[in-house]
Amino acid sequence: DIKDVGHKYHLELELEDELDKDSTVNCTAEVLYHLGNKNVAPDVQFTLEGELKSTEEADHVFYTRIRSLEKELEAENIPDSHGHVPPELQPLHLLAWAASGFLVWQNSTENTQLQLAQVKRVKQVRRSDKYLQFDFQVLLHEMVSQEIIPWEMTVLWHPRDGVQVTRESRQPGHSSG
Amino acid sequence: DQVLHIVPATSQQVQHLQLLHSTLLLDLWKPLMPEDIMAGEELHIRVPAPLVQEVKDSLDQHMISYRVLIPDVQKLVDQSMPRERSSHKQVREGYVYTQYHPMEEIYQWMTQIQNNYSELVTQHFLGMTFENRPMYYLQISQPSNKAKKIIWMDCGIHAREWISPAFCQWFVKEILQNYKSDPKIRRFLKNLDLYVLPVLNIDGYIYSWETNRLWRKNRSPSKNGTCYGTDLNRNFNSSWGTVGVSFDCSSEVFCGSGPESEPETRAVAQFIRRKKSDIACFLTIHSYGQLILSPYGSTTKPPSNNEELIQVGEKAAAALAGKYGTSYKVGPPSLILYNNSGSSRDWAHMVGIPLSYTFELRDNGTYGFLLPANQIQPTCEETM
Repeated sequence: DIKDVGHKYHLELELEDELDKDSTVNCTAEVLYHLGNKNVAPDVQFTLEGELKSTEEADHVFYTRIRSLEKELEAENIPDSHGHVPPELQPLHLLAWAASGFLVWQNSTENTQLQLAQVKRVKQVRRSDKYLQFDFQVLLHEMVSQEIIPWEMTVLWHPRDGVQVTRESRQPGHSSG
Repeated sequence: DQVLHIVPATSQQVQHLQLLHSTLLLDLWKPLMPEDIMAGEELHIRVPAPLVQEVKDSLDQHMISYRVLIPDVQKLVDQSMPRERSSHKQVREGYVYTQYHPMEEIYQWMTQIQNNYSELVTQHFLGMTFENRPMYYLQISQPSNKAKKIIWMDCGIHAREWISPAFCQWFVKEILQNYKSDPKIRRFLKNLDLYVLPVLNIDGYIYSWETNRLWRKNRSPSKNGTCYGTDLNRNFNSSWGTVGVSFDCSSEVFCGSGPESEPETRAVAQFIRRKKSDIACFLTIHSYGQLILSPYGSTTKPPSNNEELIQVGEKAAAALAGKYGTSYKVGPPSLILYNNSGSSRDWAHMVGIPLSYTFELRDNGTYGFLLPANQIQPTCEETM
């Protein structure tokens, strides 16, 4: 508890590679939730104890595949109702997940627990520069309120530059009927 | 086999369809019961391949218009089958426990189970849902002249938690298929009766199949039909409406207009109240989170038998982790999750049932509610 500033948490984490469950890296982090202004994302500082595996080859394969598509990629419901993700959409699922992490970080407080529930829609937008652009509509699940929150985000990606969320907008209403 | 889509126009057409159904033993997919076939309401009926022409001719003869909804049922089934062919057990039974099933199939499964294991299983009516669907539970009971204590387990109180009903079905199958060969199960059933409600929130479950996969609540309307659904797990009479709820119908944790305002809640509560002195353990199955929750969620004041509750919970978590290493946390929601009132687990304990738990099954958020079907088996095996 830091007087007049907020609450700081010290964390020791083990990061697990989604694509290789035996590969783990330890990590320490400090998260500071600011008092008062709930519109400010928590401060995060972290240190990795070790190195993340190189994804160069897989990145290159994905990048080349998308660049060489004749028609812009479009997909819905990832995973589908039965939890299934077709193999060719796996990288896109991972990309959405990483990008949603940014949304989660920006919108978390001490009283929320946000997770990506599903990618509702993804549409590739062709660009003249080196980046891949995907416009996503995702559904985030907030554990405490149990709400499903639709969110739109524009994601840029390039093997060397990684993920960027360049535009994001929380949608009104919720996935309810 | 084909599935036909028919909208009968007159009551004569309805009668003819009911006749076709009963004489040719056709498979009604919608509505559930032939007596619910109505003029102006759409009908989906599966016709076995050898009867397709005969049925179509008969429909033409009676000027009943139809269209083919599914031209080849087998093709669709093959497409949706998981790639790995697992144990022979499923093939023998015919029911695929490693896939998620829609409600119609679960109803049929219950009938099948009662037929196949009639010495042990009886199906009982519990009540009606808001949209007028019957709620059934299965009683697994070894005949005996001594009175036995009851273990109650319900699944699917929240529509989107599909792994939960999948677990109830798996559980029933495991008990029944291994009863003869497993002395542990026989000893278990010598002293205990199992009551399993595979889907509590039937309307919501169907809605999550047909309309909105991430629906949670039931389907009763509020505000003159402008808003739907009460969170059944906030609707029980355990500190109802005090914490972790909303009084706004559009919220996912809307607790209803009052405790037990929902027919589904009442159906369960009335039954449990009647049998409470015989019920040793109350289990309600949810997802996700990998938690074994003990009472209470509405207050941090511990229940009278807290030590016992935690001890038993820890034992369960250890056994669970022993199977595939999946770790579950144990404790009251007020400590390890979030505060909430009106839960069935809290209510069951408050009316006197000593062991009452909510299980939150896999996973931890990776797939969340959309747990892949290929995780049904390991999830269920470890939870057994």
